[in-house]
Amino acid sequence: MTKAVADTPPGREQPRPGGPGWWTARRRDRLAGYLFAAPQLAGTVLFVLLPLGLMFWYSLHDWNVLAGGFTWTGAENYERLAADPALPGVLGATAAFSAGLVVLNLSLALVLAILLNQRLRGTIVFRTIFFSPVAVTLVAWTIVWRFLLQDDGGVNGLLSTIGAEGPNWLRGEATAMAAVIVVQVLKNVGLNMVLFLAALQGVPKELYEASTIDGAGAWTRFRRITMPMISPTILLTSIITVVGSLQVFAQIDVLTSGGPGTSTTVLVYYLYQNAFQFHDFGYGATLSVLLFAIVLVLTVIQWQMRRKWVVHED
Amino acid sequence: MRTEHTKAARLTTARSRRAKLALYGLLCVLAVPFVFPTWWMVTSSLKSAGEIFAFPPSLLPAEPSLEAYGRVFEFAPFAAQYWNSMYIAAIVTVGTLAVSSMAGYAFARIKFPGHNLLFLVVLVGLLIPSEVTIVPLFQMFNALGMVDTHWPLILVPVFGAPSVLATLIMRQFFIALPGEIEEAGRMDGLGRFGLYWRMALPLSRPALGAVAIFSFLHSWNLYLEPVVFLSTPEKFTLPQALTQFTDAYGGPMWDVQLSAATLSALPVLIVFVVAQRQFVEGLAHTGLKG
Repeated sequence: MTKAVADTPPGREQPRPGGPGWWTARRRDRLAGYLFAAPQLAGTVLFVLLPLGLMFWYSLHDWNVLAGGFTWTGAENYERLAADPALPGVLGATAAFSAGLVVLNLSLALVLAILLNQRLRGTIVFRTIFFSPVAVTLVAWTIVWRFLLQDDGGVNGLLSTIGAEGPNWLRGEATAMAAVIVVQVLKNVGLNMVLFLAALQGVPKELYEASTIDGAGAWTRFRRITMPMISPTILLTSIITVVGSLQVFAQIDVLTSGGPGTSTTVLVYYLYQNAFQFHDFGYGATLSVLLFAIVLVLTVIQWQMRRKWVVHED
Repeated sequence: MRTEHTKAARLTTARSRRAKLALYGLLCVLAVPFVFPTWWMVTSSLKSAGEIFAFPPSLLPAEPSLEAYGRVFEFAPFAAQYWNSMYIAAIVTVGTLAVSSMAGYAFARIKFPGHNLLFLVVLVGLLIPSEVTIVPLFQMFNALGMVDTHWPLILVPVFGAPSVLATLIMRQFFIALPGEIEEAGRMDGLGRFGLYWRMALPLSRPALGAVAIFSFLHSWNLYLEPVVFLSTPEKFTLPQALTQFTDAYGGPMWDVQLSAATLSALPVLIVFVVAQRQFVEGLAHTGLKG
């Protein structure tokens, strides 16, 4: 907002501020612009930029809320981060979760969108069905799945009707991670599905007709026409999904509390544990810096990929 | 010649009918994990505690009873928690609509010095989810004496990172509005606020709808912030409250928990079923433009 003051011409001499000639429609319009944007700008400064700065500041201090004290330790928290024996596991879980989530989410969304894009009656019903978990309260959805995934829960009940015996999903390391990913994908895949469906419907029919005449098969048409045409949507959804996957907290807390062991302790959860369960704010802030860096790097990489990979832009 | 032609056509229709049947079959199988949990949540909330664990699971309650629903309100200040979620989500929705539509309008339609730079500053918010800044946010609200109040759950979504996406959506929409409309408004003697309120806003219903659905759901589902900021059960919002239905040993009381979960999901689900087109397209809009 300092820019507002600086940019208002210092027209102190003529005409006088407040005088009839000074208060022009243009000046009034500029002021309106600043006033309209002011709440959002102030909010960004107060609730985004200020905490971001504080995060870096805190990360340079030793600060346990229970023990008290706030002492400058320089890079000590970062040295601790580099040597943290739990960190490789946490980063591994984060990578496994994000990669699994993005791959499963995008491929399932694409498959569902392609199925719904066929000339079939009643696809709107199926669209509603696949989208419906988006409307279910997140924690309610997760609680139901925690019940269904119990040893004597509904999933194993269903499996037993076809003679299969399911594991205790949330108690095994690999199955717990898989379960957390699948529950999250089912919750939100409808969003990406709708985006893909819109993209598929935007592909000009003539392209398909022309290539069919040229003798291209279904798979070639998909690879050579559909994929390039919807690549901007794939990129967009992958960015949203990757960044979103790094924020997943409730599902982990409700389903596994980071367990068994630390097998589903992703970075956000580890950050929460350190800051709000062990009350170590300094180290919590350091982990926040790491999370921020990961979000930033991934976003930049994906925007760079746009140049290479995305064939067409609207 | 002619019969051959119809024979071939009949063959393709028979084949396409079989393909159609296979497609429907596939869609039905795929639909199970999407529908079953919600179906099971609602029906199990009407079952007795024993029947919930029946093996194999029953699809409909043998003796439907609302008994568990009564206990939801016995074990927790659930009415207060429900009210908290409702009123916070309502304020967040209205607040986000106001803040984002005004900022979006300014960045789209008003040329003021520095508007590009300031817009970039706002966009930084997209890169910094509240999860990243939760530690300093806690400390800030702690310093203001606002821990264990609802203020952080209102102020951060309305003014902070979540509203940035909303501002972006509104800006994209306002940019596409034809300039002649504003010219007409100016001729009628409308000032900036008049142009925004009387001309731009009424035309932007789809974008406003998208932002409303998206910010309501965001607030309704908010979990990390309540867990971090709130400690008094009477102040809890629904997501946090749902996890609290445990017995003396910390094990979940399933029938009560499922009833509470059903109560928390039902209003949004009803809105979704009634207005599903707006709902789906609104949220798709949020994704597309975001």
